[in-house]
Amino acid sequence: MIRARLGDWALALVVPLLLLVGYDLWARGAGDFFFPPLSVIGGNFADDWLFERVPTDLLPSLARMLAGYAIAVAIGVVAGMVLGSLRTLAIALDPVLQFLRALPPPTLIPVSLLVFGAGDSAKIFLIALGALWPVLLNTVDGVRGVDPTVLDMARSYRIPARARLLRVVLPAALPRIFAGARTALAIAIILMVVSELVGASNGVGHTVQLAQRGFNIPEMWAGTVLLGLVGFAFNALFVAVERRALGWHHGSTGRGGAPTRRTRLRRERPRPVLTPTRTAVAVESAAAGPAPTEGSVPDARRQ
Amino acid sequence: MQPSAVPAPVHRGEVSTPAAGSPRTAGAGPTPVAGPRGSAGRNDGPKEPGRARARLYRFGLGLAGVVGVIALLELVVRLGLLPEAWFPPPSEIFPAFARLVVSGELFGPVGQTLQGWVLGILAAAAVALPLGIAIGSIELAHRLTRFMLEFLRPIPPVALIPAAVLIFGSNLDMKVFLIAFGTFWPILLQTVYGIHDTDPTLRDTARSYGLPRRARLVRIVLPSALPYIATGLRIASAIGLILAITAELVVGTPGIGVSITDAQSAGDAQDVMYAWILAAGLLGFLLNGSLQAVERRVLHWHTSFRGEAR
Repeated sequence: MIRARLGDWALALVVPLLLLVGYDLWARGAGDFFFPPLSVIGGNFADDWLFERVPTDLLPSLARMLAGYAIAVAIGVVAGMVLGSLRTLAIALDPVLQFLRALPPPTLIPVSLLVFGAGDSAKIFLIALGALWPVLLNTVDGVRGVDPTVLDMARSYRIPARARLLRVVLPAALPRIFAGARTALAIAIILMVVSELVGASNGVGHTVQLAQRGFNIPEMWAGTVLLGLVGFAFNALFVAVERRALGWHHGSTGRGGAPTRRTRLRRERPRPVLTPTRTAVAVESAAAGPAPTEGSVPDARRQ
Repeated sequence: MQPSAVPAPVHRGEVSTPAAGSPRTAGAGPTPVAGPRGSAGRNDGPKEPGRARARLYRFGLGLAGVVGVIALLELVVRLGLLPEAWFPPPSEIFPAFARLVVSGELFGPVGQTLQGWVLGILAAAAVALPLGIAIGSIELAHRLTRFMLEFLRPIPPVALIPAAVLIFGSNLDMKVFLIAFGTFWPILLQTVYGIHDTDPTLRDTARSYGLPRRARLVRIVLPSALPYIATGLRIASAIGLILAITAELVVGTPGIGVSITDAQSAGDAQDVMYAWILAAGLLGFLLNGSLQAVERRVLHWHTSFRGEAR
């Protein structure tokens, strides 16, 4: 089992390694100004980001991103729970919310600069505003998708409203909330970078921009690589959190927990760390219909 | 919203099988009539007149919601709760928007933004679809690339803006490259995932009935992957628009983004700036809506596409 896994990972590393080596050989040979060899980029990366600029640029970037994202998730979940329980209001506000979600968040950069100036709060505002809508809309959907039978039962058992909300509705809506939070995370990272390309005084995006303006190509690539690593790391972290939080919901996420019928049929181990996409999660949870509530009942009892 | 009240399984001969036999829909039981969220469909009766009335109700309520929100904004600005310097009242934004439409000023930048969007997504799809089909159907390729794809996907495409500007200059090429790079991953991954997720029973059945490889791909694998691909395209559409406008705002390639910054730097033109922002939002709204409509038309036989993530 462990050997099979190792083999799998080794196999998965073949192509990236070949590509990297191929690029390095080509770059050494071609000597293109814009595409320095890996060793040069790596050297710059070590100089800049291990760990000289971590406190001055990386940490401020991450702090703004996390602050904006946390605000978006908090407001999105709370407002989504409220809106999801008020059916009429949810229908009435749907077009407005759809519009706000479709509005590309970078258009709000001028607005954020106008309202908050060029400081941290403008960036946090932008990130929060961009990341809010996927969380909010998916929470509304998740809450409205709760099996009404379960709700009726909870009500007829006289479970108080608060407990109903926290132990029945919230767990049932959780898979959907996570799907939204995942989209929001990608948007938050994009906006973190964009907000630093326009009127910033520190941050990874700002560093990359400065390096580009000074034609310091290796430094520019080193920063770009770092941004890629940040994106990857946050995604991996999110998947880990999701797996913990939705461990009971294996039926609809297709990973973790007991093998599903499908995976057994295919004689495959459940998909490893690396994730079905958010759509797959949503499509599956939608297709599974009442599955979330099946999970939520034992969950409620457990507490 | 949902297509017909009657499931239409026997619609295109063999094509119907993925809908009926797809592993995802199998869980929903044999009566998918009420849609995947059977619970939420409780109020939408199965009868046609009831559905029409429900749709009218939704439309009316939505309209009331839009009007209500606009009125509320107007009130909040007029009462001074929201400083007018930050947000002009809607009664000034909408006339500004109307002026842009009437003078025809709106259509140049919108066209430029759309041009980059279309070219970028086409370029991405032209590479990502064949590649995704290949990776999804060849197990070795899937295992070889899985790690790499999952690593490359979360890389924020905007991180490449400085490099792209340097290599391409601040022009359409740069915008198209950026959009193509950013939209490549969702299309590719959704295709791989969709192809790879074809019901193995169906696949085996087709093989044991002696269907040639080509027919298996065209009639079994592709139709069942189509909802995934459609979702990939829709995600790509949203990302593509974000990237187009980012490229315009940050770098200054012509389009809606530049119009927004121009209006902002013009000083006393808040209402024009918000009119352009409104235009960007409406564009996103329309693009998303039309893609969803196409999806519904093309995939109405498939039950799984209705409850997807937004």
